[in-house]
Amino acid sequence: MPYEYLEDVAVADIAFRAWGPELDDVFTAAAAATTKIMADDLEAIRPLETREVELRQREPDLLLFDFLQEIVYFKDAERLLLLVDRIRVAAEGASLLLTATLKGERIDPDRHSLRADVKAVTLHGFSLVRTGPYWEATVVLDI
Amino acid sequence: MPPALPSYKRSMAPLKMLRKVSDVLWEIPTSFKPGMRVPARIYGTEKLVSEMDAVVFEQVTNVACLPGIVRYALCMPDGHSGYGFPIGGVAAMDIANGGVISPGGIGFDINCGMRLVLTNLTEREVRPRLKELVRMLFQRVPAGVGSAGSVPIRRKEFREVIEKGARWCLERGCGWQEDLDLTESGGCMAGADSSAVSERAIDRGVDQVGTLGSGNHYLEIQVARRENIADEELARSLGIHIADQVVVMFHCGSRGFGHQVASDYLRIFLQVMEQKYGIHVTDRELACAPFDSPEGGNYFAAMQCAVNMSFANRQAILHGIREVFSSVFGRPAERLGMHMVYDVAHNTARIEEHTVDGVRKRLLVHRKGATRAFGPGMAELPDRYRRTGQPVIIGGSMETGSYLLVGVGSGAETFYSTAHGSGRTMSRTRARKLWHGRKLQQDMEKRGIYVLSTSWTGLAEEARDAYKSIDEVVRATELAGISRPVVRFDPIGNIKG
Repeated sequence: MPYEYLEDVAVADIAFRAWGPELDDVFTAAAAATTKIMADDLEAIRPLETREVELRQREPDLLLFDFLQEIVYFKDAERLLLLVDRIRVAAEGASLLLTATLKGERIDPDRHSLRADVKAVTLHGFSLVRTGPYWEATVVLDI
Repeated sequence: MPPALPSYKRSMAPLKMLRKVSDVLWEIPTSFKPGMRVPARIYGTEKLVSEMDAVVFEQVTNVACLPGIVRYALCMPDGHSGYGFPIGGVAAMDIANGGVISPGGIGFDINCGMRLVLTNLTEREVRPRLKELVRMLFQRVPAGVGSAGSVPIRRKEFREVIEKGARWCLERGCGWQEDLDLTESGGCMAGADSSAVSERAIDRGVDQVGTLGSGNHYLEIQVARRENIADEELARSLGIHIADQVVVMFHCGSRGFGHQVASDYLRIFLQVMEQKYGIHVTDRELACAPFDSPEGGNYFAAMQCAVNMSFANRQAILHGIREVFSSVFGRPAERLGMHMVYDVAHNTARIEEHTVDGVRKRLLVHRKGATRAFGPGMAELPDRYRRTGQPVIIGGSMETGSYLLVGVGSGAETFYSTAHGSGRTMSRTRARKLWHGRKLQQDMEKRGIYVLSTSWTGLAEEARDAYKSIDEVVRATELAGISRPVVRFDPIGNIKG
């Protein structure tokens, strides 16, 4: 997957960067990187439950910030581990509109290789920038 | 793969950036960067401070730029880089002078804190039952990613939890009256207003009362060995009076509820900070609003709800611990002497009165990864600690040990604040490459520490060498005159999320 965890950015928290040619791709990768911190084996997450997400935001980086918070929200509110099934980020007037279908299943400590509870998405060093042919996000999650 | 961006990489900070005030106090003057309203001061021995990364200095000087800050932006000896404030950050804001409140100065895990419980058992009595005890605690106190509590709570009831705090547990028979007296602020912040919290925050917390969480949260069975008692009279006053006495210490916070309250208000403050209040910050994690503003007031009311959730959470966990000990040792918890020593928050902002330049001021004191440490005689302390000073509970890594300290009169310099833990030195991502959880568990068992965790990788990330030396941190707080050690506890059993 197009993401990697960074050793030298955060101490108590976990940092990663994710990338992709389009916003849809980098959002998908960042969501997977976030879920993988909670459950190491993404292959073990079966697509049994579906949640739809719709978000509007002017700034692409804050749209990603809000989107990752949805992943964290569903982990506590419904005990769901989710991955992106379909996603579309498109301009809507002066804003961006994100529509996504997330799929996954309820946390099962016996089957999911659980790791750390993500408390929150932080804005420390948070960025989403276009570098050449890629969008690249840097994210620090509070653990 | 695109090349990595160079920004935000951590590196060791050169000591020459700092002016040495004493052997355990270092200052960064206001000339360090534009916008600093006060100097920054970092507590720690030369060893501790030289091992801090440069981001700590960047972050503590960002804090020094916040409106209303008085005297200094402070960092405790266990400090390390965080988000917004450094972990170990302390800042007091003058409420009457535009002082701000910032979620980044409290942390997402509002009222993350420590609770210490006594027993009248000795290590000799507990050792033969240790595995059974740890296994039962592991079953009784849910831990790990997305864990839910055993007590079903309706949404309406949860609103009572967050307004009443630990008292809510007592009303349901989960605790003793004295527990409230031995909890900071009596286990309930009066200004909590559940109408200031979002439905999403309630969604995230409603079934989490009585759960430990994960990361560095833990529940530990520890022993006070005679050779580790620093002050026998003080130890006795705090309930440590049997050779090799067993105690229980645990560390957790306000779970998903508090995390969502902080996330909600971070977004609200980002919207109003510049446009409405003309406040500019260099790091968006320092988003803030004047304390005396509708947004600041709402956050404070919501934050107190999260403080209360955390007090209730630790009270519910204590109830579970007492039940487990009672079941294993066949005696009621009262007869096992399972009295609390204290419960203290280390992620919070409180309104306190302090003297600044000879004038009493009403300040909002942010402590993020820092413990309040009131000295002897201070008004808010329970009667039994008026003479000793406030108990301060500092948790170390699961392999090394933890401390009970007390606040001291000379602590006014830090608004009566001290360290909160040993402080990490290594990222989780690196730690998991160096150690393996299962092997670590076996090694620890050989050393007499029985640990159970919901996550092998999570366990590896908490290895001893990912942390600073807790002895060095505690020594620094003593040399700096901000707290005084009473006893060091050795771990023998541990559960982790």
